[in-house]
Amino acid sequence: MWPDLGKYTDTILGAYGAAIVVLAALIIVYLRRNARIRRALAAAEARKAAR
Amino acid sequence: MSFWEFANPARFMRLSGRVLPWVAGATILCLSAGLVWGFFLTPDAAQFGSTVKIIYIHVPSAFLAINIYFMMFVTSLIWLIRRHHVSALAAKAAAPIGAAMTLVALITGALWGQPMWGTWWVWDPRLTSFLIMFVFYLGYLALWAAIEEPDKAADLTSILALVGSLFAVLSRYAVNFWNQGLHQGASLSMDREENVSDIFWQPLVLSIIGFFALFILLLLIGTRTEIRSRRLRALQMQEAV
Repeated sequence: MWPDLGKYTDTILGAYGAAIVVLAALIIVYLRRNARIRRALAAAEARKAAR
Repeated sequence: MSFWEFANPARFMRLSGRVLPWVAGATILCLSAGLVWGFFLTPDAAQFGSTVKIIYIHVPSAFLAINIYFMMFVTSLIWLIRRHHVSALAAKAAAPIGAAMTLVALITGALWGQPMWGTWWVWDPRLTSFLIMFVFYLGYLALWAAIEEPDKAADLTSILALVGSLFAVLSRYAVNFWNQGLHQGASLSMDREENVSDIFWQPLVLSIIGFFALFILLLLIGTRTEIRSRRLRALQMQEAV
């Protein structure tokens, strides 16, 4: 199942690894910021409703 | 229903909330199918050997790097002409995705270039215009971060997006304009004769659809976050008064 990458194994796995790291970091940043802003907005709206 | 009704933030939040799970599903399905098919189930290419497997991440990321800038050009123009906040916020949400895609294209291109050309980097027209486009992405993000007043930031970043779109066009057509450098022509073309062979083309198209779905998914999440962030800012200003 695993393909024979020959002498280019490091090159190919390095390319896939770099892409995965960059895209995973991007996804994590988007999801964390989304969660943080959601929580802050919910708290601000609760304060407004309580006033 | 008019297209412009989606520029209403409340309507955008409702619609995007409904489609998000479907886009997430399509992203996981297409991305995993395209990459697994390309990596595990395709043979080596005569010209590139096993390095052809890099095509399934290099071409989709480069394709998106250019087209995300084009999307930012359109949404920036909409902001400047019609003053729809959602369009400016969509451009802002798209920029980090475009920068990440450009970075992936540059890194995978350098890794692919080393065994094929014998060098990580050359000042080839396409590579150079791609690097300049990456700098424009970073400049665009820095400008948003540097200006406190949101509408003024949207105005100035929109102008920067319009100027930078020249390099997005150059990135796409540099090989045709200058007809020199090491980088080959487009791997995908409307002309079937110019395309890579079917055995690589089919998983490549699936990977591109997967990358595009990932872009839409992050764009929707990012734009929703920006809309909430605007609302939060308004509430905080009310509290401060």
